[in-house]
Amino acid sequence: MSRSDLSLRIISRTLAILSAAIVLLILGFLVRESAPALQELGLARFFTDPGWHPLSGQFSLVPMIVATLATSLGSVAIAAPLGIASAVFAHFYAPRTLAIWHRRLIELLAGIPSVVFGLWGLVVLAPLVARLGGSGQNLFTATAVLGLMILPTVALLSDAAIASLPRAWIQGAAALGMQRWSIVGKVVIPGARRGIGAGVLLALTRALGETMAVLMLAGNVVQVPNSLLSPGRTLNANIALELGYASTFHRSVLFVSGLMLMLVVSVIVVGISYRRGASDEWR
Amino acid sequence: MSGGRFHASATTPTRRHQIPEFFTAVAVWMAAGLVVATLAWILIDIAVRGISQLSPSFLIEGVEDAGRAGGIGPVLFSTMLILMVTLALAIPLSLATAIALTERVDQDSRFARNVRRCLDVLAGVPSIVFGLFGNAFFAIMLGLGYSILTGGLTLACMVLPILIRTSEQAIVAVPNEYRYAAAALGLGRSATLFRVVLPAAAPALMAGVVLSIGRALAETAALIFTAGYVARRPESLLDSGRSLSVHIYDMAMNVPGGGSRAYATACVLVALLLAINATTTLLLHAAGLQGRSVGGKG
Repeated sequence: MSRSDLSLRIISRTLAILSAAIVLLILGFLVRESAPALQELGLARFFTDPGWHPLSGQFSLVPMIVATLATSLGSVAIAAPLGIASAVFAHFYAPRTLAIWHRRLIELLAGIPSVVFGLWGLVVLAPLVARLGGSGQNLFTATAVLGLMILPTVALLSDAAIASLPRAWIQGAAALGMQRWSIVGKVVIPGARRGIGAGVLLALTRALGETMAVLMLAGNVVQVPNSLLSPGRTLNANIALELGYASTFHRSVLFVSGLMLMLVVSVIVVGISYRRGASDEWR
Repeated sequence: MSGGRFHASATTPTRRHQIPEFFTAVAVWMAAGLVVATLAWILIDIAVRGISQLSPSFLIEGVEDAGRAGGIGPVLFSTMLILMVTLALAIPLSLATAIALTERVDQDSRFARNVRRCLDVLAGVPSIVFGLFGNAFFAIMLGLGYSILTGGLTLACMVLPILIRTSEQAIVAVPNEYRYAAAALGLGRSATLFRVVLPAAAPALMAGVVLSIGRALAETAALIFTAGYVARRPESLLDSGRSLSVHIYDMAMNVPGGGSRAYATACVLVALLLAINATTTLLLHAAGLQGRSVGGKG
């Protein structure tokens, strides 16, 4: 190996390790910054304190956790059927040209910034929802817009999973005289379930990680939501609202909530990546 | 995504089979129609409300009266500076990482697997967590404060996974014959890489860069507590400056009567992103990689 080859190898490997280490650096900083709260307050108090009054030392994260789970799971419930249907549409129902344009539009949807979704939700959707009661800035509005935002993840990954199915399966099913709806329901979706499942899970991580649209639409009142039309505040929104002025324990608790988000999302991502590694069925 | 389409024709349609066939088709068409209609609704809404507010002076003038008057000149300037910092760090880092990941033909050494897994996790980190990290590390620990530099560096960490993945794909897509030919001519690994592989991969590499610019432009949550809110024209990289997306958020949420100006800014941002989307498609087409999905993480 010549000298320039060796130095290329050393430099590129070192920088690759640096890139990979960033995620550990982030984790390290979250742990470091949340350590004061975790040590002094303990984990239990985030669940047992009577409420979220950081200035008087009450740090219950329960209302925020409930709101985060409600909006994330709700948005996945919206995005999963629509996204899968959208992928099936592009493969089996749309004429070729329409299918191409449909995919382009979905990719476009993936690129629209969350603030723009938030702005649209705030100005257009919230007044419509307000007719059902309240101000329109509530969990329902936030969940609906969030569902729209994560839909491309489901649609594009389901599309890729369906595209990678062996053609022979579908041709065989058609040769057996199965109709389109039963080919889709009995061959395609069961066959592509790993890829579709990965898409839905990744969409869940997107929903858990989304801040701006929810911040602009959910109303941001700290309370355990009792209906879809009540306002709520998610963990992400809470960080965005309070990091600016938080100090000492308050700041540290915000980092704890960031750490929670990161750990949940990372576990899901690593789970998907191990499952993908275990079998090459998905790609 | 390859556009494989399969035709299934009913042989002897009976009534029992036709009814579910019909309803499935209706449901699928309605779902797809709903998605497209909502997207069209958003885009048309942004265009209609935004364009009426737009004028050349809006793009140049300073922010006045908290944004209700004047334009977005300094905001565009700050956005550009943040992007430059982001790219200055992210491009060399991601190129080197992509080279390291693709240097072996089998591409699945333990080293590469572990690096990829770390990058997968990094790609999933919520943007607000990048904000927390940037605030704690760049702003406070390194003492950069709320500044263009802090914001740009934070965004660089954020776009790194996607930039690495696109660079990797670009390098892998170069036909192996090029490498064999270079080796047959007696070129070493690094000469092959810099003289043959990277120039051949240039359009696809560019597409990755453009795509990352799109991601960085769209980001808000990671910037609020790193690049900050200040709407003045920054004088150096250590000044705070707000990006287009932060400006939209601030106008919509914190400035009463700022909605129409928020729409105008959103219109500028979406137009930029549409241009970026088109450029990416064009570059991928030039690189012979068209049809490859670039929109989703995965």
